Amino acid sequence: MSTAATRGHVEITNVRKSFGGTEVLKGVSLTVPPGGVAVIVGPSGSGKSTLLRTINHLEKVDGGYITIDGQLVGYQVRGNKLHELREKDILKQRTDIGMVFQNFNLFPHLTALENVTEAPVVALHRNKTEARKRALELLERVGLKDRAGAYPRQLSGGQQQRVAIARALALDPKILLFDEPTSALDPELVNEVLDVIRELATSGTTLIIVTHEMGFARDVADTVVFMDDGQIVEQGSPQEIFANPREPRTRSFFSKVIEPAFNI
Amino acid sequence: MSSAATTVAQSAQQSAPEPAPTGAVAESPTADAAQSAAAHRAVARPAADYSGYKLVPARQPWRWVGTVLVALGVVAVAWSLATNPRWEWGVVAQWFTAQSVVNGLVETLKLTAISGALGFVLGFILALMRLSASPLLVSVSWTFSWIFRSTPLLVQMLLWYNLGYLYEKISLGLPFTDIRFFEVQTTTLISQFAAAVLGLTLNQAAYSAEIIRGGILSVDQGQLEAAAALGIPAWRRSTRIVLPQAMRAILPTAFNEIIGLVKGTSIVYVLAYSELFYTVQVIYNRTQQVLPLLLVATLWYVAITSVLSVFQYYIERHYSKGAVRNLPLTPLQKARKFFATHAPVTTDRAKDVR
Repeated sequence: MSTAATRGHVEITNVRKSFGGTEVLKGVSLTVPPGGVAVIVGPSGSGKSTLLRTINHLEKVDGGYITIDGQLVGYQVRGNKLHELREKDILKQRTDIGMVFQNFNLFPHLTALENVTEAPVVALHRNKTEARKRALELLERVGLKDRAGAYPRQLSGGQQQRVAIARALALDPKILLFDEPTSALDPELVNEVLDVIRELATSGTTLIIVTHEMGFARDVADTVVFMDDGQIVEQGSPQEIFANPREPRTRSFFSKVIEPAFNI
Repeated sequence: MSSAATTVAQSAQQSAPEPAPTGAVAESPTADAAQSAAAHRAVARPAADYSGYKLVPARQPWRWVGTVLVALGVVAVAWSLATNPRWEWGVVAQWFTAQSVVNGLVETLKLTAISGALGFVLGFILALMRLSASPLLVSVSWTFSWIFRSTPLLVQMLLWYNLGYLYEKISLGLPFTDIRFFEVQTTTLISQFAAAVLGLTLNQAAYSAEIIRGGILSVDQGQLEAAAALGIPAWRRSTRIVLPQAMRAILPTAFNEIIGLVKGTSIVYVLAYSELFYTVQVIYNRTQQVLPLLLVATLWYVAITSVLSVFQYYIERHYSKGAVRNLPLTPLQKARKFFATHAPVTTDRAKDVR
């Protein structure tokens, strides 16, 4: 975590969300300071991914609100009401919030380089040559400069995810959201992606990561957030959460997911 | 076949585990047989170095039988086409490039191009309506497809042509008032050409709407999400991200439709519109050379379809970029590769063999 970071302060206040009759977020509040690294863990179906997706308004909240550097996400105040923004303004907000998906979601008909340059040119109206130059730098940063001309299907899962990270970085976001970035990868490819994220953790960008990689969470997180059943059960530093969980639910979860080898 | 059978028998013997001798003895209880079985085992035991052996692919005699039969059939058909005088190839050649036939061909191409293009544009709009969140747009689009897919094209065509019977005048004005900006006799406005284009276009739109909708639905939802998360605007999401991927599903069926449309234009003969099919009909009614003239039309339809198929191949190949690991070779590239690897079987290689 860089102390110089001044942007990317995320404030989630009492967010609620239901799908059909099921309430998947039951009033969640969370603060992530600028440059902070929050790792959200918890059993599947606990609402982690949904919470992450509300942060860039891919999922509309049913109640509560989210601000980034004091600015509401997806809404504006008019009178005493929050009005949803027009699509155009939402898209503009999203350029500050990069997102990396579990299934990469690279555009398969575009090369790695085209995947990375698309958004800066279209959404930020950057000059094509500059965007290209910057994209090559980013691909170099994730170790894939020599694969710039490859189509996603010609890359391994780990390489695809690294391109997806470069694509998210191309907008110079204040915040990066990772939705189980290694869950779709073969075990031997997990580390190449985690290494890239580790490097980002020291860059001053705010990171919010949903993951099942507990060893990685312990390494990289400032704050570990344990969610269950649509609520935050417990949060704290990795030491507090992994070594001395206060809540019985947290303890029982970790006893199931952390392999004995890690638990020394 | 027989060699394969022997191989199986041998391998069965070689791989037979310990209980084999007892079985062999039970079946043929002579000492001779038992001995030979033992001998086989003795040979099989030290096993295992086949590195000097040549691999022989299994023979497929029935494939050869099939090939020969089909080849005979092809030759017979070609022979009868060439030698049966009733095909009247001379007449075919005479009319094939006759001015009237070429004029008809141009009309056919014109109808196909115009109603194909308009049909797909309208179909695209209908598909977007059908996928929209507005119940009214969805039901209007659905009803359109429902009506035009359920009425015969022939009926639609005659209906448009006889629109003047239903509505004598067509006018543009303020509804529910007497103010008219523009008024025209329906029969003047709806010529044979207009009726043909109208009928073919609307019919085509109904079908292409479903094709395009299917293509759009085939694109993974995650693609749209990723694009939205990157702040890419909606129009660009459709044209740059979704449509190019949808094209893979759309193209094969769309070309089917266009090829269908090429021949479907022949139905406008009911409007006495002088496209290719109507033209040859007029000619053979005069000359009584029915079959040769139908053959002229057929050959032209085949030619158009062939050209379209080539387009289809290359357009599909273009859109398969990124969907397959490596693009398949074009026929041209295949031919080049074939000659590059096969042509130089020249003297020096022949010498090596000797």
